[in-house]
Amino acid sequence: MAGTGKGTITGVKERYKAGVIPYKQMGYWEPDYVPKDTDVIALFRITPQEGVDPEEAAAAVAGESSTATWTVVWTDRLTACELYRAKAYRVDPVPGTPGQYFASIAYDLDLFEEGSIANMTASIIGNVFGFKAIKALRLEDMRMPVAYLKTFQGPPTGIVVERERLDKYGRPLLGATIKPKLGLSGKNYGRVVYEALKGGLDFTKDDENINSQSFMHWRDRFLFAMEGVGRASAATGEVKGHYLNVTAATMEDMYERAEFANELGSVIVMIDLVIGYTAIQSMSKWARKNNMILHLHRAGHGTYTRQKNHGISFRVISKWMRMAGVDHIHSGTVVGKLEGDPLMIKGYYDTLREPRTPVSLQHGLFFEQDWASLRKVMPVASGGIHAGQMHQLLHYLGEDVVLQFGGGTIGHPQGIHAGAMANRVALEAMILARNEGRDYLNEGPQILEAAAKWCSPLRAALEVWKDITFEYQSTDTADFVPTPTPA
Amino acid sequence: MRITQGTFSFLPDLTDEQIAKQVAYALGKSWALNVEFTDDPHPRNTYWEMWELPMFDLKDPAAIMYEVNACRKAYPSHYIKVNAFDNSRGWETIRLSFIVNRPKHEPGFSLVRREAEGRNIRYTVHSYATDKPEGERYSADGTGSAVKR
Repeated sequence: MAGTGKGTITGVKERYKAGVIPYKQMGYWEPDYVPKDTDVIALFRITPQEGVDPEEAAAAVAGESSTATWTVVWTDRLTACELYRAKAYRVDPVPGTPGQYFASIAYDLDLFEEGSIANMTASIIGNVFGFKAIKALRLEDMRMPVAYLKTFQGPPTGIVVERERLDKYGRPLLGATIKPKLGLSGKNYGRVVYEALKGGLDFTKDDENINSQSFMHWRDRFLFAMEGVGRASAATGEVKGHYLNVTAATMEDMYERAEFANELGSVIVMIDLVIGYTAIQSMSKWARKNNMILHLHRAGHGTYTRQKNHGISFRVISKWMRMAGVDHIHSGTVVGKLEGDPLMIKGYYDTLREPRTPVSLQHGLFFEQDWASLRKVMPVASGGIHAGQMHQLLHYLGEDVVLQFGGGTIGHPQGIHAGAMANRVALEAMILARNEGRDYLNEGPQILEAAAKWCSPLRAALEVWKDITFEYQSTDTADFVPTPTPA
Repeated sequence: MRITQGTFSFLPDLTDEQIAKQVAYALGKSWALNVEFTDDPHPRNTYWEMWELPMFDLKDPAAIMYEVNACRKAYPSHYIKVNAFDNSRGWETIRLSFIVNRPKHEPGFSLVRREAEGRNIRYTVHSYATDKPEGERYSADGTGSAVKR
C-alpha cells in the first residue's frame, strides 16, 4: 500500500480528493489519542499479510469496523466524521510470536445503539474478519464503558438472587447432564432427573441438542422432568431444578416452551448460544419478567474461540453474555475433558463474577473493567469431571460455580442416586475442610478418603475414576508470563 | 427422611467443635452470624424465626456457640440453623448457612398433585409436620425412627 508510514492527511482538499488512500491517512490511526472514559475499546490480535505495515492493518480494522469503506467518499463531510471514526491508537508486537500484533482501537459511544449486543457486534466483528489485507484476526478483549453497560439489563437473576431463591449457600451447586444425550423417552428421562436430584444434586440438565425430536417431544420431556423435580424436592426438603432447554426454531416456539416450563413450576430454563445474540436478549427479558433463572449452554463457541490467531476469545463472549443477560454459562473446568488453560479460565470466571476486574495480562484481561453493578453470572464447569477432583475444582473455580458431573453421576457403578450422593458428600466434606483452614488442595485426596470411609458411594466413585485425568496441551494460552514479585 | 437443606446436611451432624470452626471461618471473613429456628422446614419457608438479632458485634466463636446452645435448649426439637451474613457491596446476602439441630424424627413432605387440563400437573410440596399447629409439631422426646446415619 502506497504511503504507509505517513500520518493522517490534515488538508481537507487532499483528504477528500476522490480515490483510494491508506486507512492510516484517512484518520483511523491516531497514536496520540487518549481514550475517553466513555469509549468502547477493543483489543485485536492482528496477523497482517506479508508486507503490510501493522499500523496500517490496525487502521484498516478500525476503519472497516466503523465508518470507512475502501475509497474516499465526499459524504463523510456531511457528518461529524472525526467523532464516528474508530481510532487505532496503539500497536504492540505479541510477545514471542513474530508476525502478530495487538492493536488497541477506541470507538465513540455514539457508534452504538443502547442495549443491543447485535448492534455492537455488527460493528466490531461485522466485516473485518474477512478483510484481505490481514491473514488472521482475533478479538482478544474489550473495555465496556460504564455509561454503555448501564443500557443493558444484565443477568435476569444473578448469583446472589439465584442462591436466595434456591436457599443454597456456601458451596458450589451441583448438576448433571442427562445421558445419553439423545434417544431416551420422556418417561425414562424423568427417571434420571429424579434419581440424580434425590441423590443430592441441585440441578439436572438437558443437553444442548435435546429439543423436540421424534423419540421425545418437548412437552413430554417437560412433564416427566418436572415430576422428577417435584418428587426429589419432597424427598429432600430442598429446592431442585432441571434446566429445560427451550431452544427452538423460532422465538415464538421458544416463548411457548418457556411459558410451559413456567406453568409447571420450573425454576430454570435453558438456551443454546447458537440461537443468537438477539434471541438471547429476548429470553433474558422474558426470564427477568417471569422470575426464571436462565442457563446458557455455549454450543458452537469452540468454532471461533479456540484458535489463538483467529476468532473471538471466550472472555469477550463472557463479557457479551453478562451484558446480554444470562445467569449460567459454561466456562470451562480446567481439569475436565474440554479445552481450558487455568489462567485463561480464571480470566473468564473473573469476568463473569467480579464487580470490577483489574488489568491482568497473564489472565488475558487487557483492560480494567468496572461492571457497573451488573449482576454476576454463575459459571458452569462441565465435561469430564468427577468427585475425585473435588479439591482441584474448588481451588481453581471457587465457590460460586455449578459443578456438573454428567458421566460422573450417571456412570456410577451403584447407580445414579449413589453417583449424586458421592458428589455431594465429596463437595461438602471439601468445603468443611477448607473452612476449617486445612490445606485442602494438597490434602484433598486424604479428605476424600476420610469421607469415603463412611460413605460407600463415594468410595466406589473414587475407585472407579481414580486414574482418570485429561492431560493435554491447551491451545488457547496466555501470551504474557507472570513475573514473580519479590515478597 | 433427612432434610438436606444447608451447606453440610450430607455429612454426619456436626459436632460443637466443628460448628465452632465454621463460625470462626465466618467471623474471619467479617460476616455477621445469626441463629434461626423453625418447625416448618418447607423448602420455600424463607423466614425461620430469628433467635434474637444477627450478632453483628460478637467476634468470639464461643459467644456465638453460647447462643446456639441457648436456642437448642429452648427449642430442642426444632430445626435450628446458623447463618452468616456478608454486608459487602455486591453480596449483601447470606454466604454460609447450615443446620445445627434437627428433630429426632423428621416426617418430611408429600408431593401433592393437582391434575389440570391436558396432562398438566400443578405440584405442591406439603410438609406433614404442618398438619399440626405451630409448637405442637415435634415432640421433645422425639418419637419415630432416629436420624439415619
